[in-house]
Parts: sequence; structure tokens; C-alpha cells
Amino acid sequence: MPERLKILILDDEQDLLDLYRDLLSKLPSQPEVFTANSGARALALLNSEKCSLLLTDLNMPGMDGFQVLTIVRRRFPSLRTVVMTSLVDEQIRARAYAMGIDLYLEKPSGQEEVQLFVDCIESLLEREETGGFRGVQSKSLVDLIQLECLSQSSSVLKITNKSVEARIWIQDGDVIDASVGELTGEAAFKVILGWKTGNFEMLAADPKRERTIMSSYQGLLLDTAQAIDESQATEVSAAGEPSVAEGGTASPLGAVSRCKGVEFALSVDIADKSKMDAWGVENPAALAEWTHGLMHKLHALGEKLKAGQLVKVEGMGSQSNLGFLSRPDRELCVGLRRNMSQSEIAASLSEVGTKWVS
Amino acid sequence: MGFLGLFSKSSPGTNVAKLPSGSFTIDRTGRIVASTLPRAFDEKLTQEIGNIVLEMFLKAQTVNLPLREVFIHYAGLKITARELRGGAMIFLAPLKTG
Repeated sequence: MPERLKILILDDEQDLLDLYRDLLSKLPSQPEVFTANSGARALALLNSEKCSLLLTDLNMPGMDGFQVLTIVRRRFPSLRTVVMTSLVDEQIRARAYAMGIDLYLEKPSGQEEVQLFVDCIESLLEREETGGFRGVQSKSLVDLIQLECLSQSSSVLKITNKSVEARIWIQDGDVIDASVGELTGEAAFKVILGWKTGNFEMLAADPKRERTIMSSYQGLLLDTAQAIDESQATEVSAAGEPSVAEGGTASPLGAVSRCKGVEFALSVDIADKSKMDAWGVENPAALAEWTHGLMHKLHALGEKLKAGQLVKVEGMGSQSNLGFLSRPDRELCVGLRRNMSQSEIAASLSEVGTKWVS
Repeated sequence: MGFLGLFSKSSPGTNVAKLPSGSFTIDRTGRIVASTLPRAFDEKLTQEIGNIVLEMFLKAQTVNLPLREVFIHYAGLKITARELRGGAMIFLAPLKTG
């Protein structure tokens, strides 16, 4: 006879504990239900009983739910955890999921919600019985696929992104097929790997699935990663304004922005100061006007002094250090970290100059 | 002596002006209050350098990037300017070659 699954419920309100105990004892899987009204008691119970699931409140006196979850994650990494709380706060929800919980549920308030709550818990217990997958919150899809393939596993990875459901079939460590909507094979695989968020679930292997993907999983992942990178670069440049204002990789100042100490950058056309590229600048128009006027005057002064070509201008400031460079068609102003020394500014400006001129 | 004279004779004078070396101080109104620059150096140019530097400090403040010191590098001359209570102390140093 299989051993009964054990559930531990942690809440500081005894009435709620009694209610949950009644509800969960009647689940089809007939689990054994334990209750605890403090974090310390819950941890003691987890030490003595091999529980499959912990349901915990967050807002409790003494040791709160997050403290309990932190200890549980360390001591019982395979324990499924569900947060059950009346706190409706996205930040708290995100924090709880970041700690690797399986579910974040609001305390049920009506008959319908109670039924949903019961169904969710039963579903989790079913997964426990069939050896479901957990701990994927901090793993990317690529990580999961690599893990499955490296361990020569056979499984079906079910991914849900909003209302769209997709599947990837893995057989003996090879990705053999994928599907999303009407797409199948490699095309579907590439779409799925482009998703940044979603829920993952490992299903039992499907050995009868026909193979449509013949490439190795390494090649497949590499090709897909490359395609995603290229599409992202296209999206950034197509967006226009953000690439100029925020300086993505496709920004004309992208290379400059990656130089040591650079906090912002602006380049302005010598012939028309309204034509500018800016990255990280709060007020580009004002800075462009100043840069344009200043460099024009310094070039003219250099000619009068017969001092030769203007090479660069460095400024030490209380908020930011500045550097100005010239090219035949454009002027550049870069903001550099405040705490840089003059020699560091010179070195950084030299690097900026090399990248900007080229 | 005639032969040696070729070496001892000074070369004919050139019109190439030397780059100035020295410093001057300008107050917040743009008036030059002290200078160690050679007299041969055109005072109008000194004033122009001072005005550009003062304007640079002022405009830097208007774009919320206040500066306390600037270094203007030309191929043959380095101008260093330190902000001084609305005015500036400015140093001119020709770059040495060789």
C-alpha cells in the first residue's frame, strides 16, 4: 500500500488551520495533514515528518513566512511550497516566486475560490506522485533543455506563455520535435526559445512522437540564440527613439557607452546642431547646443593662437567629469564617472576617441 | 673666419609667433586682474581665452554639469583653467617637442 502524502499547513490563525485541515483531508489523494501555528513548530514538524507540501502564510508574528521559506529552501530543497496569503502585492508575489515557491495563492474568500484552492493543491500532489518538475523559476528554457539533453532524458516539456501553450519533445537526449500553435519542428522551437517568461512543466516521455528535428540540440540552441540576438538588434534599431535616447547595442553611441567610466554620451552634427545622437543624457537639446557652441569657439581660438588642432577637452566636475572630442563631421561630449582621476579620464577619453572616430 | 661665420651668424628673423607661456586671472565680470603672460602676447587674445573659459564654466552650470577645472588640449598648447569664485585662473603651457 503506497504511503500517504503529508501536507503541513502553517498559519498563525487557529481557525484557518482547522478549516484548511478539513478541506485538504478530503482531497482525492487523501493526504495526511499536519498544522503548525508558528515557524519554529513548522520546522520541527518538517524535521520529524517527511512532508511533500508546505502551505504557509506570510504575515505571521515572530518568524514570518519568508524566513520560514528561506530555511525550508536550504534544509528541504525538494519540498513543494505554496504561499497562501491575504497580501495582494506584486512585489511580495515576485519575491516569493524568486524564493522558489510553487504557487502563490490568495486566501480563498468564496465557495468558488475555495474549490479552486483545493484543485490547485490536489494538482500539486498529483505532480508529486508522478515525479513532476520543480525549481524551474530561476532556470531559463535553454538551461532546462540542456539539462534534459545532457542527462540523455526522455520527456515532454510543456511551456505555457500567457494563453499560448507549447511543447518540446525530448527523446534520449535529443530534441525531436516542438509545437506551438500551428507551427511545428525547428520553426516552433525557435519561437518558443524566444519567450522570456512562462510556466514550465515536465510531462512523461512520448516515444511514439515522430521526429521532425534532425539537428543536434547544441546546433539547434546555437542557431536559435543567434536568431534571437539578430531579431533583438533589429527590434532595437527599428524602434528608433529608444535606441537614440537609451543607447541600446544598435545606438550609434553603443560602442562609446561601453567604454570605461562613461555615464552618458552625446554627439552632434557640426553643420546642424539639431542632428544629434544621445545616450543617457537628461537634456540632450541643451547639451547639444552647448557642445556645438563651445567646440566651435575653441576651434576658432586654436586658429587665432596658431596652437594647432584641437585634440580634446577635459572637464572635472562635482557631479560628473566631461570629455569633448571632435571629428570632421561631428562633436562628441561624454560624461564620465565623478570619482575618476585626471589620468583615468584621459585614458577613458582615449578609448572613447578610438571607438568613436572609427 | 668667413667659413665659421656661416655657423655663428644668427638666422634671419622669422614671423612665427611663439606660443604663450604663463598664467592670468580673470574675475567674474571678465576683467583681467593679473597676468604673467609675455607683453608681446596680444591682450585681445588673452581676453578671448578668458571669455571662452568663463562662458564654459557658466554654461556647464546651466546644463547641470558644473565644472571646477578644465583642460583644453591643442596640438601645440595646453590651456588649464580653474574656477575661482565666478572668475578663473588660467594657465597656458606650450607643449614641448622632442
